[in-house]
Amino acid sequence: MVTLLTESGEHTVAAADGGGGALWCPAREAEATTGWEAKPEGLCRGAVCVPLPAGRERELVDGGRINLAALWRHLDRPALHSARGDVWVLGESAQQRAAALASLEAPDFTLPDATGRMHRLSEHRGKKVLLVTWASW
Amino acid sequence: MWQALYEELAERGFVVIAVAMDSREGDPLPWIEAAKPTYPTLIDREHRLAELYGIVNVPQAVWIDETGRIVRPAEAAGAYEGFRRMNRATREMPEDVARLTAQAKATYLDAIRDWVRAGDRSEHAFSAERARAHLPALTQEMVTAQAMFRLGQVLLRRGESAEGQRWIQEASRLHPDSWCIWRQGAGVNETGLAALPDFWRRVDALGSARYYAPVDMKGMP
Repeated sequence: MVTLLTESGEHTVAAADGGGGALWCPAREAEATTGWEAKPEGLCRGAVCVPLPAGRERELVDGGRINLAALWRHLDRPALHSARGDVWVLGESAQQRAAALASLEAPDFTLPDATGRMHRLSEHRGKKVLLVTWASW
Repeated sequence: MWQALYEELAERGFVVIAVAMDSREGDPLPWIEAAKPTYPTLIDREHRLAELYGIVNVPQAVWIDETGRIVRPAEAAGAYEGFRRMNRATREMPEDVARLTAQAKATYLDAIRDWVRAGDRSEHAFSAERARAHLPALTQEMVTAQAMFRLGQVLLRRGESAEGQRWIQEASRLHPDSWCIWRQGAGVNETGLAALPDFWRRVDALGSARYYAPVDMKGMP
């Protein structure tokens, strides 16, 4: 049982194994939580495919499972885990973040208000938005 | 600060989205209840906006136009670091500082008004080229720090206090420019403000460096 924190949010994957610095995730859940899947060309997400490094294929794909931690490290993205291996964060790389901002398309997000109702930035398309931070601290 | 501006400009297709970079459940609620804003006020416990927009402090703002394009990347939102020259015992502000604080706020609000009125033709709306030049520089350390911060906050929520705090402190070491990370993880005073002696020491350690990076806007102190 692993709690997985990705770009798309928080996911609980019952059949994942996050111990020993690896994050073995059944193929279906890997695809559902991260969009990555194993294909003959390698590991793919949408139109992007990454060939498996020769001689090290089994570090990333084994049977019907993908080691998401190994994939993330291969892609130079942060992959962090709790001491027990039960909570993992799979982050984006600086390059991805910078490229997203360089497009000047304001990255969309979904956050709750004080009542718990979720709001998306993109709901406000058609208006000029002042997105401003504050804090109680 | 924003409610009056919002009411003034709402009919011209303007909205404020105020996001509380507050990780402890309940912390922002009394402030929201007191202010009763009529624009969306959201809560970002994991500091996702910091990940997405390179935000490092509050208040920082991003201007986004009707097509969803970033017109002005994250910058101090009419804030001036006059508090550094405040008398810490009496909390009095020297007169020139009070003036500069008011000037920063007025300049920023007027710039927003001009943008709402003139759109792309406003001198304060960056062209694509200028907007790109003003984007925050993102390093691998910064994105890793934000991932650590996120992990730490989730562990705190799950009752793993010691481990959670370790991740948050490590995040701050890796991304020392982020006041959001540091202040969120710091001790707070009786009004919930991260303004204990350790905060003042860290501010003093800036020396001549700025608490808020300079804002590229005519009239901004």
